[in-house]
Amino acid sequence: MMDVGRHPKIELLTHSELEDISGYVGNFKARIRKKARYVDEEACITCGECTTVCPVVVPDEFQMGLSSRKAIYIPFPQAVPSAYIISADDCLGDNPIACGKCLEVCEKKSINFDQEDELREIEVGAIIVATGMDVYDPTALDEYGYTRFANVVTSIEFERLISTGGPLEGHLGRPGDLKRPQRIGFVQCVGSRTQDQKRGNPYCSTICCMNTIKGAQYLMDNYPGTEVTVFYIDLRAYGKGFEELLMRTRGHGVRYVRGLPGEVREDPPSGNLLVTVENTIEKRLEKHEFDMLVLAVGATPAIDTEAIRQMASIAKSPSGFLKEAHAKLRPVDTPTKGIFIAGAAESPKDVRESVTQASAASSHASILLSKGRFAVEAITAAVYEDACTKCGQCAKVCPFGAITWQKKQVPQVISAACAGCGTCAAECKFGAIEMRHFSDQSIYAQIDAILEEDSQKKIVSFACNWCSYAGADTAGLSRMAYPPNARVIRTMCSGRVNPEFVWYSFQKGAPVVLVSGCHYVDCHYIDANRSTVRRVDGLWNGLEKAGIRADRLLLEWCSAAEGARWQTIMHETEKKRQTVTLEELELTRSALAKVRVPRPRNPKPADEKQDSEFVCLRCGHRWDGVFSVSWERTCPECRSNSVRWLRKK
Amino acid sequence: MVKEDLRIGVFVCDCGSNIAGFLDTEAVREFAGALSDVVISVRNNYTCSDPGQQEIQRTIFENRLNRIVVASCSPSSYEPIFRQCIHGAGLNPYLLEMANIREHCSWVTQDREAATWKAKDIVKVAVSRARWLYPQDEEQISVFDAALVIGGGVAGMQAALDLAEADHQVYLVEKKPSIGGIMAHLDKVFPDIECSI
Repeated sequence: MMDVGRHPKIELLTHSELEDISGYVGNFKARIRKKARYVDEEACITCGECTTVCPVVVPDEFQMGLSSRKAIYIPFPQAVPSAYIISADDCLGDNPIACGKCLEVCEKKSINFDQEDELREIEVGAIIVATGMDVYDPTALDEYGYTRFANVVTSIEFERLISTGGPLEGHLGRPGDLKRPQRIGFVQCVGSRTQDQKRGNPYCSTICCMNTIKGAQYLMDNYPGTEVTVFYIDLRAYGKGFEELLMRTRGHGVRYVRGLPGEVREDPPSGNLLVTVENTIEKRLEKHEFDMLVLAVGATPAIDTEAIRQMASIAKSPSGFLKEAHAKLRPVDTPTKGIFIAGAAESPKDVRESVTQASAASSHASILLSKGRFAVEAITAAVYEDACTKCGQCAKVCPFGAITWQKKQVPQVISAACAGCGTCAAECKFGAIEMRHFSDQSIYAQIDAILEEDSQKKIVSFACNWCSYAGADTAGLSRMAYPPNARVIRTMCSGRVNPEFVWYSFQKGAPVVLVSGCHYVDCHYIDANRSTVRRVDGLWNGLEKAGIRADRLLLEWCSAAEGARWQTIMHETEKKRQTVTLEELELTRSALAKVRVPRPRNPKPADEKQDSEFVCLRCGHRWDGVFSVSWERTCPECRSNSVRWLRKK
Repeated sequence: MVKEDLRIGVFVCDCGSNIAGFLDTEAVREFAGALSDVVISVRNNYTCSDPGQQEIQRTIFENRLNRIVVASCSPSSYEPIFRQCIHGAGLNPYLLEMANIREHCSWVTQDREAATWKAKDIVKVAVSRARWLYPQDEEQISVFDAALVIGGGVAGMQAALDLAEADHQVYLVEKKPSIGGIMAHLDKVFPDIECSI
């Protein structure tokens, strides 16, 4: 911490909030609000005179509210920067009638009530997001009695209770009566690994097992004779030196009981806790009495991450943590070039993993900064000024904010920010956007080539580069045989599939068209495949209007790992193709000769969360549900994503 | 580009028996050679090997080719290598198209005849796309030598220090009055129970 504070190349902006990020790789601009501290960081010598005279007493956040601080305070003794701060919410003000006592005692005259927030605009080439995690609040899990019983604490409160810098200065005591607890119970997986949304999160927080084991060992070392019992579902001691530490605690007599408490009651006179638990190994109901119970709370995404995620155009995982560009090969990159992630912002991590990832992220950022230049793969979008009507739709759908547009102006593409997904080109009704290297002409030429001969035997399949095309590769690597009728047209993203391509394919005699891409959580272009769904929804309606069976257009998500799913998709799509007769193809051709191709309609905000009917176009299953643009639609019967959404009348 | 200018070369790979074992690569080569704008079609045992790549380069020189189709495996495995290869022969790397007749065809089609039919089609589609490929220049963007690190926990501090040590200017932004994050709340850290601060 100290090293960070005094490094000449690091400008530390604490008590500061990020207000905006704009720009693109190599050329980001960030606006930062450095909030008034009312104490001059440089002048303050942390003598602490101000705190002694301050009359305001409030709970101390750093000590998890287990002790108090004043309105003028230092967060903790080793804080960096080493300076006091006045909490504007708590302070009575500098009016001598109200207070102003600290002003009188500060010899260095470092207190300044007139200090104002400072707005900083900085220019940077790379950004590392390390917004960390929060801890789960177990109040909702009523059976554990947190907040109802004084001696039930969270693991992070326990840290403060044992810490020499904590409220008890390292003399362990329980919050209820400050007596030293002799029997301590730990409850694992609090707020983790549950399918019940009201009881926490589905993922494993990964750090809580080891944190508890560490706590147990600490107790054994410093308070020999303390009885420690740990209640768990699984003990995950998977890292270097972890199993050894677990065995050490077992050797010291720490008892591990498989099973989570069903009930915690308080024995009112003693403040002790009576725990009932089913020991699932010995298959018996056990009752335990503890002086203190520690809840090993899980990790949650930091509350502030979401705002920063939106500013920086980063995708998020279903868990709410930030999503990396590739789970295995690019774990510190994001889909937005020049922005990297480190630490628990990406998923719960211990210190060692956070540090490792931080070094990896800084190394990637350093490659960019040291080189001084960045080559953009030539797959980006370009606007044809002549064809452009200046409507700005392209700018609206760009997931990266790479298109700037003002009314009555031709939009401008910032190539450095453009990732080449092509959803803008698919959105443009006027053919005014060209994707370099994935041009409209090249795609039409591919459709022509597929359907030139034996068109009734072919399936025109659009596959995105990252997931569905790669999923087909996986099927190949695993030698998963399927019918030979599909012809794949590779695009960077399913969002590249202009509805015109689909109409054109049907016009040219395609019996079935397949659009495939990444699952929602995998989309390599943040959320470009939501636009795919909107367009396919529009196409289904349009096809039906034109007298063409909607189920001849199929939509499927397939991840790079899902070779077997690709095989199923191929079999199912071929089954669908066989239902299309030559006569039907003729009818389609003549119908499309007359029909003016309708355009997809944007979903209205009113559609969100509307009761709807869903129809699976693969298997015909129908069900009722609620519509949302952000939910991936999957048929509960056959797992197809060709799920048509119908408004309920 | 005017159509007359197109001089496409198609390279059909046997991939040992990975492709040739499941479909008739010679028939595919012959078929490709007959497609319009295709000047030459060549069959190799392993197109990605050094001799295979040298043959591509030599054929480009000898036939003044300006579009290349490699009918072999998935672009995810060898596109970068073939791009480099044709670049070495003086062509813009974006003038390459890959026809995936291995992962998407030979490995997943049981019937030899059907596989050959599909492979021909895949090559034909690739050639039709190759007609619409143009040389592309990769834009070079200058990079401002400074980094912003958001969050002053253990990850943010480490990232800031590493970058600063590499002599880059770093701005470390932290919402709280002090850096330290969750780590500062911990007393000791596992596995060796050291002090956290």
